[in-house]
Amino acid sequence: MGLAQLDLFDQAMLLFAALVLFTSFVMLAQVRIVPLIHAFAWQGALLAVATALVAFVSKHPHLYLSAGLGFGLKALLIPWILHRLAVRLRIHHESESIKHPVLVLLGGAGLVVFSYYVTLPIVQLSELTTRNTIAVSQAVVLLGMLLMISRNKAVAQVIGFMSIENGLFFAAVVATYGMPMVVELGIAFDVLVAVVLFGVFFFQMRESIDSLDVNRLNRLREVDEALSEAEPRQ
Amino acid sequence: MIALWLVLLVPLTGVVVLALIGQQRYAGWLNIGFTGAALAAALALAYGVLEHGPLLSSGKMLHIDAFNVYLVVLTAFVGFTTAIFSRPYMLHEVERRQLSARRMRLYHAMYQGFMFTMYAALTTNNIGILWVAMEGATLATVLLVSLYRTPEAVEAAWKYFILCGVGIAQALFGTILVYFAAARVISSTDEALLWDVLYDSAARLEPTVLTIAFVFLLVGYGTKVGLVPLHNWLPDAHSEGPTPMSAILSGLLLNVALYALVRMKMLVDGSLDSDLAGHLMMAFGFLSFTVAGLFLHRSRDIKRMFSYSSIEHMGLMTFAFGMGGALATFAALLHMTVHSLTKSAIFVTVGHAAQIAGTQSIERIRGLIRTQPVVGWGLLIGTIAIAGFPPFGVFTSEFLVLTATMKAWPWLTVPLLVGLVIAFAGLFRHLQPMVYGEPPAGQVAVRANMLPVMVHLLLVLWLGLAIPVFLSSWFSEATILIAGSAPQ
Repeated sequence: MGLAQLDLFDQAMLLFAALVLFTSFVMLAQVRIVPLIHAFAWQGALLAVATALVAFVSKHPHLYLSAGLGFGLKALLIPWILHRLAVRLRIHHESESIKHPVLVLLGGAGLVVFSYYVTLPIVQLSELTTRNTIAVSQAVVLLGMLLMISRNKAVAQVIGFMSIENGLFFAAVVATYGMPMVVELGIAFDVLVAVVLFGVFFFQMRESIDSLDVNRLNRLREVDEALSEAEPRQ
Repeated sequence: MIALWLVLLVPLTGVVVLALIGQQRYAGWLNIGFTGAALAAALALAYGVLEHGPLLSSGKMLHIDAFNVYLVVLTAFVGFTTAIFSRPYMLHEVERRQLSARRMRLYHAMYQGFMFTMYAALTTNNIGILWVAMEGATLATVLLVSLYRTPEAVEAAWKYFILCGVGIAQALFGTILVYFAAARVISSTDEALLWDVLYDSAARLEPTVLTIAFVFLLVGYGTKVGLVPLHNWLPDAHSEGPTPMSAILSGLLLNVALYALVRMKMLVDGSLDSDLAGHLMMAFGFLSFTVAGLFLHRSRDIKRMFSYSSIEHMGLMTFAFGMGGALATFAALLHMTVHSLTKSAIFVTVGHAAQIAGTQSIERIRGLIRTQPVVGWGLLIGTIAIAGFPPFGVFTSEFLVLTATMKAWPWLTVPLLVGLVIAFAGLFRHLQPMVYGEPPAGQVAVRANMLPVMVHLLLVLWLGLAIPVFLSSWFSEATILIAGSAPQ
């Protein structure tokens, strides 16, 4: 079936799914902190638009609420908090070097293919017109993980974490027209608390190891104990 | 019904009250009071369920059956005794580590917050809320792990946060897939996440989707259970946080995560013809059991050692639940109970031992029996109990697991026995010098409250000698619920 045969809504939906996936790749490649936060905000905004689109076509008014919630939380509030934290911690001009940027991006492409493969049985079952996007949402989750793995800065890891949450939200919208409202509110609450706690952690890390580089968190392990014996605890 | 709401409302009130005045010296007493009130409500609830059978609240928000009501009581009980231990212990820690008033407020409020999330996860009828509560449990405890603000504590908390956060995100994806499958067969979408509705229509759910969903759910909730290879956060979080936290993490959180996993298995079993879910759980459980047993030998930190022991026991339970069948399920339920009681007692004792020695390093904890006999004996007896010696309850449940394995998977009995011996050796090679060795000069006794330990160990002893009738009928009922048939 060619793209042109799909109706307008499906085409728009695919476009937004592709854009969401694209922002995931942008985040994967972006090494500077502030643009990374902006890319994350864009992803949140695109998700909200896609959700509103599904709400409009499927006539599920509660999805408008989810879209609004998603926009407020993921496109405005969380990026704003992260941005403020970055400024207060004076890391907003920093950038980090990824070891193998090309390999990471190629790995990301591989993950997209893998997601299509995994979700094949589900996609065949779905009656929703947006079923193609289930694979995309799965890919966004996996790309978020890849982002967390490939970075050492705590802020970038948090963005990866939130991007996983974005993927899950997208999955819920495109697979099932969103979760029941009470669950969605619960999840939104958890996400918000998580961001605040992450903020607290940035300061605790800065205070205790004088850096936001998670590679420096390497004291606790079973093997190689000679290291921790050299500096007795307490 | 009132008791059910009270179980949830009491800790929620506790959060608010203790967030305001948690820094006072009497806050420890308030903490005991709140957990005690929750325990009373839980007992009343259990009595009601015993008399009148399962409960479904109006609006289908909460659901209580034989499986979760006994976990509610267990959770409330361990929460209560740990609060009793926590009061003098934290006062001592405040002096030793100069904890500020704000941190004590945080500690007490989050203690109640954690209890609330546990009750919410156990009593909810909505598998989406179950997920929210499990994530909430992480959020409530993560700042407590980093309470001491040492570099190690911050590292442990960060690992805990990230690993559990990402792990449990997988469980959310699994939940979405279950919802996706359910929405196709259940007409009202608002009810498609409700446990009782899902359970009744499990046979109509699409098996392929549920298979994929279960893999995600297993990875997600398995991270919180501490299954290898997703266990890395567990020893860190247990060893670096305050000891009462270790006791309730090990005694309660792991149980509740396993509870979530077993609920999901019940759903998937209803939909699939094969034992796929069970086999996956067996494999992960067995791997955790073996690997954690080996790690016991390498541990140098006493709290890390006992957290590996927790992983080992959770692995065994997962294995038993995965094996399915009446006997194995009964054994797993019993093991859940005795492990919770024993392990929280051990962590309480370990907390005192670490205060006596001024360190958690196994090599420098020596001669506990001479310095403070009650702590030394407590540690010795607790470890004997957790290693699975008769006449303690852990022996009974492990014996039942072995019997069930012998019936269903005879060739697995040998590696299981070898694993038990390895774990036993790992515990005792470290324990012996800690308890008997020569105490370092100047080591003095601390004010210790060993009452919770004794009560727990006596209960475990009781369960080992004779399981009371009401409890065994309770376990049988839960077994029928999970496995479909009663143990002979």
